[in-house]
Amino acid sequence: MAEATPLTQGIPADGKPLGLREYEAMGGYEALRTAVGQMTPEDVIEVVKDSNLRGRGGAGFPTGMKWGFVPKRDGKPGRRYVVANGDEMEPGTFKDRLLMEGNPHQLIEGMTLAAYAIEADFAYVFIRWAYRDAFHRLRDAAHEAEKAGYIGKRILGTDFHLEFHIHGSAGRYMCGEETGLLNSLQGGRANPRSKPPFPPVAGLYGKPTVIQNIETLCNVPQIISNGAEWFRNLGLAGDAGTKLYGVSGKVNRPGIFELPMGTPIREIIEEHAGGMRDGLRLRGFLPGGASTPFLLDEHLDLPMDFNHIAEAGSRLGTGTMIILDDRTCPVGMLANMEHFYAQESCGWCTPCRDGLPWVEKTLHAMETGAGKDEDLEILELHCKLLGPGYTFCALAPGAVDPLASALRFFREDFEAHISERRCPWRNPS
Amino acid sequence: MEKPVLKKIWVDGRTHEVPESNNLLQTVLDLGYDLPYFCWHPALGSVGACRQCAVKQFRDADDRDGMIIMACMTPVSDGLRISIDDPEAVAFRASVIGWLMTNHPHDCPICDEGGECHLQDMTVMTGHNQRTYRFNKRTFRNQNLGPFLNHEMNRCIQCYRCVRFYRDYAGGKDFNVFGSRNRTYFGRVKDGTLESPFSGNLAEICPTGVFTDKTEKAHYTRKWDLQTAPSLCTLCGLGCNTLPGERLGTLRRIRNRYHGEINRYFLCDRGRFGYEFVNSPRRIRHPALRQPGSPGSAIVSAEQAIDHAAGLLAGGATIGIGSPTASLEANHALRTLVGAENFFVGIGGSEAELLRTVLATLGAGPAGPPSLREIERADAVLILGEDLTNTAPLLDLAVRQSVLNVPLDHARALDVPHWNDAVNRLVINNERGPLFVATPAPTSLDELASGVCRAAPQDIAHLGFAIAAIVGSGAPALGDLPDAIARLVGPAAEALRNSKTPLIIAGMGSGDLATIRAAATLVRELANTNPAAALCLVVPDCNSVGVGLLGAPDLSHAAAAAARGEFTNAIVLEPDLSRRGRSEALSTILDTVPHVVVLDHLEGPATDRAELVLPAATFAESGGTMVNNEGRAQRFFQVFVPEGEVRASWRWLQQIGERVLGPDSVPWDGSDDVAKGLAEAIPVFGPIADLMSTLTHEPRRRVPRQSHRVTGRTSVNAHLQIREPRPPDDGESPLAFSMEGSPLPPPAGLITRYWSPGWNSVQALSRFQEEIGGALRGGDPGVRLIEPRPSDVASTSHDEPTRFTPRSGEWLLVSLYHLFGSERLSLETPGVAEQAPAPYVALNPDDGDRLGVGPGDTLVVEIEGRTLELPLEPEPGLPRGCAGLPEGLPGLRDLPAGRWARLRRLP
Repeated sequence: MAEATPLTQGIPADGKPLGLREYEAMGGYEALRTAVGQMTPEDVIEVVKDSNLRGRGGAGFPTGMKWGFVPKRDGKPGRRYVVANGDEMEPGTFKDRLLMEGNPHQLIEGMTLAAYAIEADFAYVFIRWAYRDAFHRLRDAAHEAEKAGYIGKRILGTDFHLEFHIHGSAGRYMCGEETGLLNSLQGGRANPRSKPPFPPVAGLYGKPTVIQNIETLCNVPQIISNGAEWFRNLGLAGDAGTKLYGVSGKVNRPGIFELPMGTPIREIIEEHAGGMRDGLRLRGFLPGGASTPFLLDEHLDLPMDFNHIAEAGSRLGTGTMIILDDRTCPVGMLANMEHFYAQESCGWCTPCRDGLPWVEKTLHAMETGAGKDEDLEILELHCKLLGPGYTFCALAPGAVDPLASALRFFREDFEAHISERRCPWRNPS
Repeated sequence: MEKPVLKKIWVDGRTHEVPESNNLLQTVLDLGYDLPYFCWHPALGSVGACRQCAVKQFRDADDRDGMIIMACMTPVSDGLRISIDDPEAVAFRASVIGWLMTNHPHDCPICDEGGECHLQDMTVMTGHNQRTYRFNKRTFRNQNLGPFLNHEMNRCIQCYRCVRFYRDYAGGKDFNVFGSRNRTYFGRVKDGTLESPFSGNLAEICPTGVFTDKTEKAHYTRKWDLQTAPSLCTLCGLGCNTLPGERLGTLRRIRNRYHGEINRYFLCDRGRFGYEFVNSPRRIRHPALRQPGSPGSAIVSAEQAIDHAAGLLAGGATIGIGSPTASLEANHALRTLVGAENFFVGIGGSEAELLRTVLATLGAGPAGPPSLREIERADAVLILGEDLTNTAPLLDLAVRQSVLNVPLDHARALDVPHWNDAVNRLVINNERGPLFVATPAPTSLDELASGVCRAAPQDIAHLGFAIAAIVGSGAPALGDLPDAIARLVGPAAEALRNSKTPLIIAGMGSGDLATIRAAATLVRELANTNPAAALCLVVPDCNSVGVGLLGAPDLSHAAAAAARGEFTNAIVLEPDLSRRGRSEALSTILDTVPHVVVLDHLEGPATDRAELVLPAATFAESGGTMVNNEGRAQRFFQVFVPEGEVRASWRWLQQIGERVLGPDSVPWDGSDDVAKGLAEAIPVFGPIADLMSTLTHEPRRRVPRQSHRVTGRTSVNAHLQIREPRPPDDGESPLAFSMEGSPLPPPAGLITRYWSPGWNSVQALSRFQEEIGGALRGGDPGVRLIEPRPSDVASTSHDEPTRFTPRSGEWLLVSLYHLFGSERLSLETPGVAEQAPAPYVALNPDDGDRLGVGPGDTLVVEIEGRTLELPLEPEPGLPRGCAGLPEGLPGLRDLPAGRWARLRRLP
């Protein structure tokens, strides 16, 4: 059943979810049957390690390695958790939604395999409040799966138990940060945690926890079914598997496309997303969501994967790009984004909590004609001092990364806002 | 103590050998470097939120770039190279202040915190002095948090210390952090008085002026204008160290004074806010003599008063009644004046028996009486009969820390440093170490306990003996325990036996002798196999142990002698008519002895009955020595010279003694001399002499009570007298009522304020400690009078009391305590009085049903023939057959001491 689009195969075009029967008919839950019947937990981890599956939430951490960090049970009691991060709130990102709404059983099977691998007894899907359809479909699917013996007590007649919960969260951007999510799931504030220890050692309620992006987990059943080598060979440029790429902005066919990892950016934008709308030119793009630095048209021929995008100075992130065209004000775009980040700061660390509102207000002042000469300096200072290491978590660095690149690539726009005391795009002279 | 492992680190090119156990921030502060910080606190650990303590770390000697790290979150490792002065680190730290200042109001001149504001200090330290933020500041609505704390949220810099102290450290629930981003709000769900007995610490925990002392605000003065001296809290028996501050004759506030073994960083709200009795309009400021044939008294001069008293004493036998709230010096002076054979202590007969048992068992076990610091380190705790939160509040706080010790092992197994607060709490999660609470009524520690039982006092003693029997022989000895108690025996015995540092807490609050004996017996059994087993006993008053060690007979003997007409005169020191065990006997003495002299602070029922009233100085107006519940003798010093003829009690007594006995019998220039006299007279007080020698200061190097910045010295009284008055002479202590004196840091026992260049807030404390969180430089002050007696454990026995059986028509009275209400002097603070409950009687609802009464109904309570009417408070936790009666509340004071009461419904 190895397909070119293993993640999205079978997802009905009519927007309805794939039911249990349909999923089973496609070979669904066979991977689970194989794993619990023929493999040890270590075997599962080894296959996932071999597959080179890297986390699809943005950081690209090798999934099998993460699972390997969970201490071996060695017969010791104590809860362990698998948590699926469905708080998809990165602006421009809507890939996990497709997977949760379209094929909920694939996620449940992936999580159950992860639980088997780390010998977890509890699984949580943490879903952002706005994804109501995904929440209901997953809940229904979990009922079906439990009835069919794929989750719950004595899975497939073995001693493997997994209590499965679908958690609808109030949702904040911080809940997408894995430790913020765990705090929120525990009933606390969605503040990030200091690391080490990392969640595989001390996660939910301080217990060993594997927390993964939805897309990452959805890859696992196919890896178990088809093998690590098959998965590795799906990629085009070194990174393994397929990837859900997204394109938003003023292109002809914005959307989500499952393509081999490493598909050239130009192909994604021009072939799959239909290219720029008539009369518009691509001026730059955020390759992996709103927290990744801009790339320019000179980068269009890069393979879209973790390493190549990193080498170009940005990040693959969630693989869902936002296109800036030549008729949209980059300052306005940044002002909008920084408003989002300032609002989504959890309020824990000073630079993020009090620095981002300053950035937001400065950009807003520029947009409304109240920019001052020293504002560029203030923005640049924030780009540096809200960087990695200065702040507690990655929210603020992710907020200023695109700003720093915009100040570099589109500086003349910022300067024009200040010198003309207006937004030249909104208020043309 | 294990010797700390030392690591070599480089700080801006200088090498240091430092312990590896601390984080880098504490390490550089301990080394004397200035590094600003906010969210870190020595008692709360590190969370890395504020980002203020950023420094540059270098990989090796060749690394020129380095990386910014947060010192508070960085463990010390061998070869660590950091720079505090690195320009990027300096610029970043200034930026952090810049960000905080985007919303912090520029209201320092009118802010209560000004002049002792950590944020001010850190702002100056980072060099941030130019505002570049040009947008509006965010504003908040403040809350009314009750009578003790003022709330000004606009000043908040979101360091999260308040919520971490209030919830995580002190277990409070009605205070939290709300909202997010730069609208994060620290307060309550809605306006209302903070419920934690430790809420006042927010005023010192907050690095700026969000939470400030409302009692201080009512008579506000700047820190630098306060006259301060090292003092002791007199409002319970723990002996917490305090720094009272006075200006122009008014006591303005109480602040914490660090003692590494006792209160460390925190005080309870009674101790912090219960000081207003010193300023009370009912203060006695002049001697008053009742004129023959006239109903009232008239003010007389000190000389007339002394004349009169001397005349009385010359005319007949005099009985002296000492006080457990007065200093050793005052008690010794009275004992000297009336003669040891005529000296009695002002506590009731059954209380005295309890106190004697406490003194006999205090040293039980090789470990000796544990300090609060040691209690924090216990890994299994059993509380027998004592409501710590309301009889010795800081003990509650210490026990709250102790229950974390066992689960902290999980964090240690993950190599989480002890100071990494958030991660430790994450790994601990909801797990708590063994704590067993056996009390007659619910306590606030129940929520943390692994086992709780409610029982009558003598059944609680049974529990203690039953556990002791298992610990001793391995077999349960007592068969007929009620289920509620029996369920606790096994688990408690097992936890204590498996513990490294087991701790038993009991005390006089239960009023039950057998409970104290049971506790002592249990500790002895534990100590057979574990020399770390410790017994903590709670006593009611600040000098209970001190007067107990005087060995004098109690009020029951005094009242009997007075009733027999043996005495013509009585001199009564600070009589406490608020407690049931005392008031009856004291009343007998006041009413039957023909000539009564009372030394007291406030007008009240005792002074009303006295022939001669002498105005006695409070703790803030006199110096002396008190002995806390662990037998630690501690000195306190006069803070200010009071108005009028208020004098230290010992001084009045000495002046009378000079006339009656001759000057050679009372050869005392200062309280030190009285204490020396006591040390010579009664051997157990011998170590007090050492205590003073460690505090002796060169006369010319006195420690100033006023700051070097005190304002208005030459002008504040100019409207009365243009000449600058000569400062009062303190002939008796190493302190001076002046801003002048030694610029050197004083010995630990003489610290009058925490100040160090650049450090104007209480955070300057770290400059006075040997190691942050450890002992004060030169050693924590005070001296133990009771040493451990591993083999000689008196008064332990297995003669178990009879089991409690409810009586028909009669109820056993058990004392219920209230942080605000059960201590008489603190009730003079309006906020304390406001929070004290109205008198009530508590009953198990089943008993209420039996009597046909429900909530709000009135009961007639009859104790030894005295009746009073009290509203019923149903308390499902109380055992049947017991009635809870609050201690010390106005309206419940002048009651007989009987332990049984008849109850009936008000017809």
